[in-house]
Amino acid sequence: MDFAASFALIAPELLLTGAGLVLLLVAAWGGDKSARPIAIAAAAVLFGAGIMLVPGLHFGVDGPATLAFGGLIKVDSFALFAKALIYLAAIGALMIAHAFFTSAAAGTERVMRAEYPVLILFAALGMSIMVSANDFMTLYLGLELNSLSAYVLAAILRRDTRSGEAGLKYFVLGALASGILLYGMSLLYGFTGGTGFAAVRAGLTGEMGTGALFGVIFVLSGLAFKISAVPFHMWTPDVYEGAPTPVTAFFATAPKVAAVALTARVVFEVFGAQVDAWQQIVMFMALASIIFGALGAIGQENLKRLLAYSSINNVGFILLGLAVANQDGASAMLVYLFIYVAMSLGSFVALLMLRDEDGALFETFADIRGLSVTRPLIAWALLVFMFSLAGIPPLLGFYAKFVIFQATVEAGLVAFGAIAIAASVIGAFYYIKFVKVMFFDEPAGVVTGKSGAAHWVLLALTAAIVSPLGYLLTPSLTDLADKAAASLFFVP
Amino acid sequence: MEGLPILSLMMLVPLAGALACLFAGANAARWIALGATLVTFVLGVVLWSNYQIGGPQWQFTERAELFAGFSWALGIDGIALMLIMLSVFLMPVCILASWDSVKKRVGEYLAAFLVMETLMIGTFAAQDLFLFYVFFEAGLIPMYLIIGVWGGDNRIYASYKFFLYTLFGSVLMLIAMFWMVAEAGTSDIPTLMQYGFPPAAQTWLWLAFFASFAVKVPMWPFHTWLPDAHVQAPTAGSVILAGVLLKLGGYGFIRFSLPMFPEASAQFAWLVFTLSMIAVVYTSLVALVQSDMKKLIAYSSVAHMAIVTVGLFAFNVQGLEGAMIVMLSHGLVSAALFLCVGVIYDRLHTREIARYGGLAINMPYYALFFLLFTMASIGLPGTSGFVGEFLSLAGIYQTSSLVALVCTTGIILGAAYMLYLYRRVAFGGQVNEDAAAMRDISVREWAMMAPIAASVLWMGVYPESFLAPMRADIAVLDARLAAAAPAGDAALAAGAPRAEAANALPEHASAKEGAH
Repeated sequence: MDFAASFALIAPELLLTGAGLVLLLVAAWGGDKSARPIAIAAAAVLFGAGIMLVPGLHFGVDGPATLAFGGLIKVDSFALFAKALIYLAAIGALMIAHAFFTSAAAGTERVMRAEYPVLILFAALGMSIMVSANDFMTLYLGLELNSLSAYVLAAILRRDTRSGEAGLKYFVLGALASGILLYGMSLLYGFTGGTGFAAVRAGLTGEMGTGALFGVIFVLSGLAFKISAVPFHMWTPDVYEGAPTPVTAFFATAPKVAAVALTARVVFEVFGAQVDAWQQIVMFMALASIIFGALGAIGQENLKRLLAYSSINNVGFILLGLAVANQDGASAMLVYLFIYVAMSLGSFVALLMLRDEDGALFETFADIRGLSVTRPLIAWALLVFMFSLAGIPPLLGFYAKFVIFQATVEAGLVAFGAIAIAASVIGAFYYIKFVKVMFFDEPAGVVTGKSGAAHWVLLALTAAIVSPLGYLLTPSLTDLADKAAASLFFVP
Repeated sequence: MEGLPILSLMMLVPLAGALACLFAGANAARWIALGATLVTFVLGVVLWSNYQIGGPQWQFTERAELFAGFSWALGIDGIALMLIMLSVFLMPVCILASWDSVKKRVGEYLAAFLVMETLMIGTFAAQDLFLFYVFFEAGLIPMYLIIGVWGGDNRIYASYKFFLYTLFGSVLMLIAMFWMVAEAGTSDIPTLMQYGFPPAAQTWLWLAFFASFAVKVPMWPFHTWLPDAHVQAPTAGSVILAGVLLKLGGYGFIRFSLPMFPEASAQFAWLVFTLSMIAVVYTSLVALVQSDMKKLIAYSSVAHMAIVTVGLFAFNVQGLEGAMIVMLSHGLVSAALFLCVGVIYDRLHTREIARYGGLAINMPYYALFFLLFTMASIGLPGTSGFVGEFLSLAGIYQTSSLVALVCTTGIILGAAYMLYLYRRVAFGGQVNEDAAAMRDISVREWAMMAPIAASVLWMGVYPESFLAPMRADIAVLDARLAAAAPAGDAALAAGAPRAEAANALPEHASAKEGAH
């Protein structure tokens, strides 16, 4: 394969890289005044990169034609699907940032730093590489590019101690997880003699030695940290609470998509011959995430912490699709990911819109009491998101759970599915608590400030997707997810 | 009526009304809601009058493929028709019942009710398994809001309990549905009703469905959400809960559990019987000691619904028909009783029985209606309650005389707690001045009560109108169940006929001799 074809395959990444570097220079010379134009430009670049994905997504691509640079990178339908979601989520994170950073909620600085959009861009680039990795080296490269950008993003409010604490925690624990992952990779390299996914897979056929099994477990543990699956979830509530809300919204969506997609690729393509070895691990993580995500959320008063536990809970359902270990499960998982991104982005936007006159955010249940009287539109939107997260029909969140559990039962894991769905009722408790506080309690009597147009647009869009109208999307969504899942299971 | 998608139309009208209510002012919203429910009721009457008795089993069918796994399949048989009629009949009454008593966020309140109506019709008319689940489950959202926003003092607890209990029941059913669809290869309910699932699997499937329907019905010991929800809900909320939502459980048994898993149903009949017997006796006794009117009626609902489940699992035509009539009758009567409570609650704002007394003196018309519904609840001949309970108990007697014996005590206990309630509220001296000063029922309240009273008497005097549409469907169901039906202990098999009449005198030998 010549380099021209390889470069053509990674055109979106090249665009992101080039644009990221140029915008970094603009940020360096222009200072924080240029933050807004940079954010708009970054969103446009992400959108442009997204447009490049459309033909491949539409027609579905797999096979040897998707390999670039001698098999280091694989740009199949699966990678394209994940990238499209990542770019969309990143655009969302850019749209909601400006109003937040220029308000009192951002602490004493009250200015959006020009580095923010650039970092988002680089994080998106890193994730883009992650999901198209076909070699453990590429995987690690993308993962670290994403993680390093994310550590800085978490701490971007320099004067805010909570933000700094979040960044530090994220960094220390993230570095630990990267170390675990690297160790696993080195074990696999030692026992199979390669770093390419195909080579490792070839080395893992037949009876698997204890050393290789440890490699599998370490790799899965490192990835579990990135997707914040139980038992590697402890950092999530702290980081989500401390990080600035737009950054939290970003963390809850794009990196999660990337890490889940990466995990799926690793388990199916690398460990595909050893399903028995990892299936139990993933099943355990899925059930534990559903249960602990739900139980942990019950006592929370802080809304961002609550949504952090909710994301852990959702990761459990996503892993459920993975645990099914077949094409239907992978397709269901992708559908769930899309709907999850819409739901959590919408919830965070709604949270961002809840502010008092000075612009300081409402962060606890006590603040949003009686919201349905003071801000009915936001309250109704949140109601839609919460019932959707709880999986109540006819909202789209039900469809997400529907496809996941359908795949689980059809694969014969009936008891497993029954336990998981029963545990999901625990989660419903705190989602309806949200509704209870907004609709049943008396108003807290706080004045609420205005929200920006970008927030309203994003809220309306995500709410429309999550509402029953979103079912209109499901045929094409299912089609795309099926193609993506098929490319994951492509056997040459 | 060929080609007109009347079922979709019946669901569209309330939905459109709900949207209009959301954006209308309080008074306009009331009229919009009343209009929408009345139009739906008229459509319901059209539906009933066009239903061909003895025609095809599934009528008014509509079918359109939607998206992966879902299809818009509607259609009704006689059983669904009757329950849809019950829903659309009670809906305008609910709107009237909340005309004055609901003052805050009227538009949203009425919108929630209209959405409920759409969902209830959808649940009864759905012919696709997953479509049924969507409608069945979506009702949680408006009902949660109705109890939580407009309910009484302890509404939060009640709304949580209602939501989580019912959700927990339903999700297990969803897993069973996935399994069934994977096994049978279709989500079409009429096909599944004829499908023979392996008996070993039926056990699990039956239990999963039972988890959902037993909570909805509700059967003892899953009933504890009901008194809380009823007591805290606004009057119209209680009406719709008791009138229609509880029937979803019974409908589920007759539509899913019995025809789809006949062997498992027979296998678990003892479980249903045991729980029902306990429910009849225990909840009746509990009702006897209540000091809160709504709670008393809520407990009586549990007892009445136990008669329904007993009738359903009697595995014979009388039992099934009786269960259906009890459902319809209880839908009317308990709704009316909650309305009766609502009428005096609106005036005095308390449900304490002791705060009332002697209402027959200052509210004679009210007392008259209350008496009629009390008698119907007891099951006095001439009212709808008698027909249903008699048939149910006659049905169960063929299967088990013990169950029939225990369940019949429910009627005696029912008479005890209902008459005791009535005596304390309507008879006796006027102990409280404010209660004695209450006005008699208004024109609006007449309009709520009179149609229900007429229906109760109609069903009591000429139940054939209601039984005729269901007869063929119940016969089909009975035929399907016949193979699995457990042997009854009543030994009703007719022996060989005697040679002569029972009172024929034996011929005397002497007489013969005398002929010589």
